[in-house]
Amino acid sequence: MKTQLIPAIKATQYPDKSGKFGPFGGKFVPEILIPAITELEDAYLSVREDPEFLREFGYYLSEYVGRPNSLTFADRLTEKIGGAKIYLKREDLNHTGAHKINNVLGQLLLARRMGKKRIIAETGAGQHGVATATVAAKFGMDCIVYMGEEDTVRQRLNVSRMQLMNAEVRAVKTGSRTLKDAINEAIRDWVTHVEDTFYCIGSVVGPHPYPMMVRDFQSVIGQETLSQHMEAEGRLPEAIVACVGGGSNAMGMFAPFVEHQAVALYGVEAGGRSGKIGDHAATLTYGEPGILHGMLTYLLQSEAGQVSDVHSISAGLDYPGVGPEHSQLKDSGRVTYGSVTDREALEGLKLLSATEGIIPALETAHAVYYACELARKMSREESLVICLSGRGDKDMETVEKHL
Amino acid sequence: MSFIRQFFGNMRKANQKVLSIYLPAGYPTSEATLPLLDTLVEAGADMIELGIPFSDPLADGPTIQRASQQAIANGTTLLQSLNFLRLFRTKHPQVPALLMGYANPFFRFGWDRLVDMAAAADVSGFIIPDLPPEECEPILSRIHSSGMDLIFLATPNTPPERLRLINAKGRGFLYAVSLTGVTGARKNLPPETKAFLQRLRRESSHPIMVGFGISTPQLAAQMAKEGNGVIIGSAVIDLIENSPDLPAARKTVFEFVSQVKKAMG
Repeated sequence: MKTQLIPAIKATQYPDKSGKFGPFGGKFVPEILIPAITELEDAYLSVREDPEFLREFGYYLSEYVGRPNSLTFADRLTEKIGGAKIYLKREDLNHTGAHKINNVLGQLLLARRMGKKRIIAETGAGQHGVATATVAAKFGMDCIVYMGEEDTVRQRLNVSRMQLMNAEVRAVKTGSRTLKDAINEAIRDWVTHVEDTFYCIGSVVGPHPYPMMVRDFQSVIGQETLSQHMEAEGRLPEAIVACVGGGSNAMGMFAPFVEHQAVALYGVEAGGRSGKIGDHAATLTYGEPGILHGMLTYLLQSEAGQVSDVHSISAGLDYPGVGPEHSQLKDSGRVTYGSVTDREALEGLKLLSATEGIIPALETAHAVYYACELARKMSREESLVICLSGRGDKDMETVEKHL
Repeated sequence: MSFIRQFFGNMRKANQKVLSIYLPAGYPTSEATLPLLDTLVEAGADMIELGIPFSDPLADGPTIQRASQQAIANGTTLLQSLNFLRLFRTKHPQVPALLMGYANPFFRFGWDRLVDMAAAADVSGFIIPDLPPEECEPILSRIHSSGMDLIFLATPNTPPERLRLINAKGRGFLYAVSLTGVTGARKNLPPETKAFLQRLRRESSHPIMVGFGISTPQLAAQMAKEGNGVIIGSAVIDLIENSPDLPAARKTVFEFVSQVKKAMG
């Protein structure tokens, strides 16, 4: 299948020229980064419609990542739930086992064109770090990954994976020592080495143009799903469900569907242990607008505007912000956002493993649980797609502890 | 004319360089802020910048990160900081006092409410490092019409056309970031700094204050020559951090700031 970025961009119309999604997004960065994000925006806009770039991107997606991946009909899960037909968009089948690599490939191809040889990235669970280390190794680039000290312990196998691929993993010991602090530290590195460094951000977050660019690179998920579902059912699905941390798999999945009003879109956040601040990472459910990491977006924060500590059983959803386009889609009502607790996510993980022989990532398991509840209320003639954003091998230690 | 612009005009006439010191509000304790501000003025600081702590200070090095965390742990709020500034300005009406902080605590407080309350506290201006000219519209005109200034930063990689934009939007003075990097005391500044400051002097009509990395009286004196003055933050915080108590902190800060002021001539 040919990879095209353009349709998704036209479908959503956003962001505007200043990088705003309605009131959200923007470029809230220190002056020193303005030339860097301007250079990045110019470079990205010049390749966005360049057939040679798109051909190259498509080539690696197909030959290295293994795309297109399947849209699997989950017949046993469907039967068990007894409602809408459930389909799984299999991002877990990608090389490195998650959707993250789509975006990394796009960004590092761009970095290569820009002549930047030093790549930095942040990672929470380690999936984006591993994907960045992977593509950097493939392209022969230097790679430094910032990871919260706490996450290097929780996800030590991913640290070994990155090191095996010649990436340097720097444990971040500041703040809450998790994903948001890894992003802070990556930005500090970028500020210091702004001339020769490319910051490969892992989600639809950060200053413009990142939320737009990452969405575009991930929109391959939604584009494939659209045509695969048309082929299977002869029409569009009634509903689509994806998990949302920063929100890149969801945004990539939703992008081509936003204009199709008949398709209901659902984003699922981490409800954690409880609805108390500090016990969850459900930014759109409980947060208020604020400014962090270069963007105006919903944030989990105190009355005084200090960013809150967050919790989720899945390290990948453990982020107090969310992509600005999600904030806009929430306010416009186009996407419905809900949350699923740690316990429910584990149930979703067990259910999918037992019925379909697919162990989803704990992040994805949030979407699985929510989708099952939704499918139950839908008719058997309808269909629903879950974005199966990643596989669960990385989470086996955590899962073992909770079973 | 804003107070800051009058102030720079007077300093220029008196052939004086300006020493501005950054201090995080509520650090090391809430009780320490006003006494430390007094010490700074007694030692020769001409201007002060009171920092509002933020959980994610991404343009700051380890010193200010630690201080910010401490200040947040002490329960420092924006309202309390505005009150510190009000008391400070009453006591030292000749010393400009700026509010410095990341955008989010201000945004959460409400831009309009912030500007109105700052004006009531006789605050002289604002420095908001993650609010570049393209994002300043919600606050800029209200700051100006209240007689205060919004200070923008220029960095060694700022291209000429962008500097024109910064010159046009900014008022008061131009904050010249001496190096590509985060805040924090450095032993030396890169050799390119001098050329960068000369370029700013040529291309900007605003007074130029040099900040980031200035740690010694010698460096301060060198940098002050290239502009209208210098800004010091981390070096002072390092001294406070290494002091056993407030009197010791005041003593060592007084000595350092006096030496810097003297070296600047």
